[in-house]
Amino acid sequence: MIALATRIGAGMRLQLTDVGMSARLFFSLLARSPRALTRFVLVREQVFYLGNRSLSIIGVSGLFVGFVLALQGYYTLQRYGSAEAVGLLVALSLVRELGPVVTALLFAGRAGTSLTAEIGLMKAGEQLTAMEMMAVDPVQRVLAPRFWGGFIAMPLLAAVFSAVGIIGGWLVAVPLIGIDSGAFWSQMQGGVAVFADVGNGVVKSLVFGLTVSFIALLQGYACKPTPEGVSEATTRTVVLSSLAVLALDFMLTATMFSI
Amino acid sequence: MIGTSGGGKTTVLRLLGRQLRPLSGQVLFDGQDLAPLDLDGLYAVRRRMGMLFQFGALFTDLSVFENVAFPLREHTNLSEAMIRDLVLMKLNAVGLRGARDLMPSEVSGGMARRVALARAIALDPDLVLYDEPFAGLDPISLGVAARLIRDLNDALGLTSVIVSHDLHETFEIADEVAMVANGRVVAQGTPEELRHSKDPLVRQFVGAEADGPVRFHQPAKPVAEDFGVSA
Repeated sequence: MIALATRIGAGMRLQLTDVGMSARLFFSLLARSPRALTRFVLVREQVFYLGNRSLSIIGVSGLFVGFVLALQGYYTLQRYGSAEAVGLLVALSLVRELGPVVTALLFAGRAGTSLTAEIGLMKAGEQLTAMEMMAVDPVQRVLAPRFWGGFIAMPLLAAVFSAVGIIGGWLVAVPLIGIDSGAFWSQMQGGVAVFADVGNGVVKSLVFGLTVSFIALLQGYACKPTPEGVSEATTRTVVLSSLAVLALDFMLTATMFSI
Repeated sequence: MIGTSGGGKTTVLRLLGRQLRPLSGQVLFDGQDLAPLDLDGLYAVRRRMGMLFQFGALFTDLSVFENVAFPLREHTNLSEAMIRDLVLMKLNAVGLRGARDLMPSEVSGGMARRVALARAIALDPDLVLYDEPFAGLDPISLGVAARLIRDLNDALGLTSVIVSHDLHETFEIADEVAMVANGRVVAQGTPEELRHSKDPLVRQFVGAEADGPVRFHQPAKPVAEDFGVSA
């Protein structure tokens, strides 16, 4: 009985330590961000690396998601005789939901893991310690630019995903199924609201950008500085970011519906 | 600073750069106690220190040139032309001016350490800390590294603290040697004094004897008991 209580207590303490460490890193990231953002060239570099590295996977996935959405949408809509609305359905699904979410999941797998591995290997190679010994704060010099780089890259990638997805939807709906191109576009134009739909999607992807970048950086920064430690951290990045993105997505969607 | 593995050499080095905070006592750098410093104060002190890590700890995403330029870019507002000249001077001092465009993955271990040395002296520090500068080097690189440490020390008027268990090279270039074991300084003096020390631990270490105050055998049950035979 006492042994069980000890185990639970020890587990709780460990969890709390993790939470405390994450919170400390998060606040020190925020505190050092103004100075990091004044050297915007470093952030710009990261936007380029993170965004560019993920661009091909985002583009290809977006295209296929668009294909599938159009096919499935047509299957449902034609029962009600409103197959022309497939353009609207594709656009709304992508902009409100699938664009931000799938982009965030792919971003976690592609850019998040490489961030974790990069930071973890820098730690293992004593590069972060070397930086500290040179009186350079690694949180400010290394973590903060990557954090904001991810924050900026995510909505851009989500926009690319949605745009490519809509083109994919058009390719299936118009040339393949034979829906009228004018109806496809005009339904979409009439039904998608800039602030309510596109705006919500952008807010989501900004939140996901913060979340995924922070989790990736935290895992890299806190990992054991050994090869096993780095590989475990990379796995945790994908698992935790995916769960966080899906959970946050529900909460954000629910909040946005109630507004 | 020499001594057995796990004896506390690296800990002393970490205390000097305040990677570790002492639980008690003082660490004085130029008369200033490092223990109570806040981050800004610590960073101000560290700008006057250079540190060479065991495997160089070069930034793998930057070229040799950019590695040496890194502290200059972070801490000074020098023009690009000035940085270039300074970096090439430092690289020239370690004999690697010609390697400026290589990436850390393209240089050998000995070269990486020389690049790291150039980076450590980029801001003209007063003190340079060396963590096992000779570990894992071939005899040529080893001789080069030792010569370089001594020459830079004299030419730049540095204080150099070397942590090593490479006796031969260390004795060759050191003015003063401290031997650390079990968390204490057990002997201190010039290399010559340590060579002729009567202290059994120092004798074992300098003579590289397998058994002595540092036991060959881990403490264990008696042999007879462990193997199940009666003596």
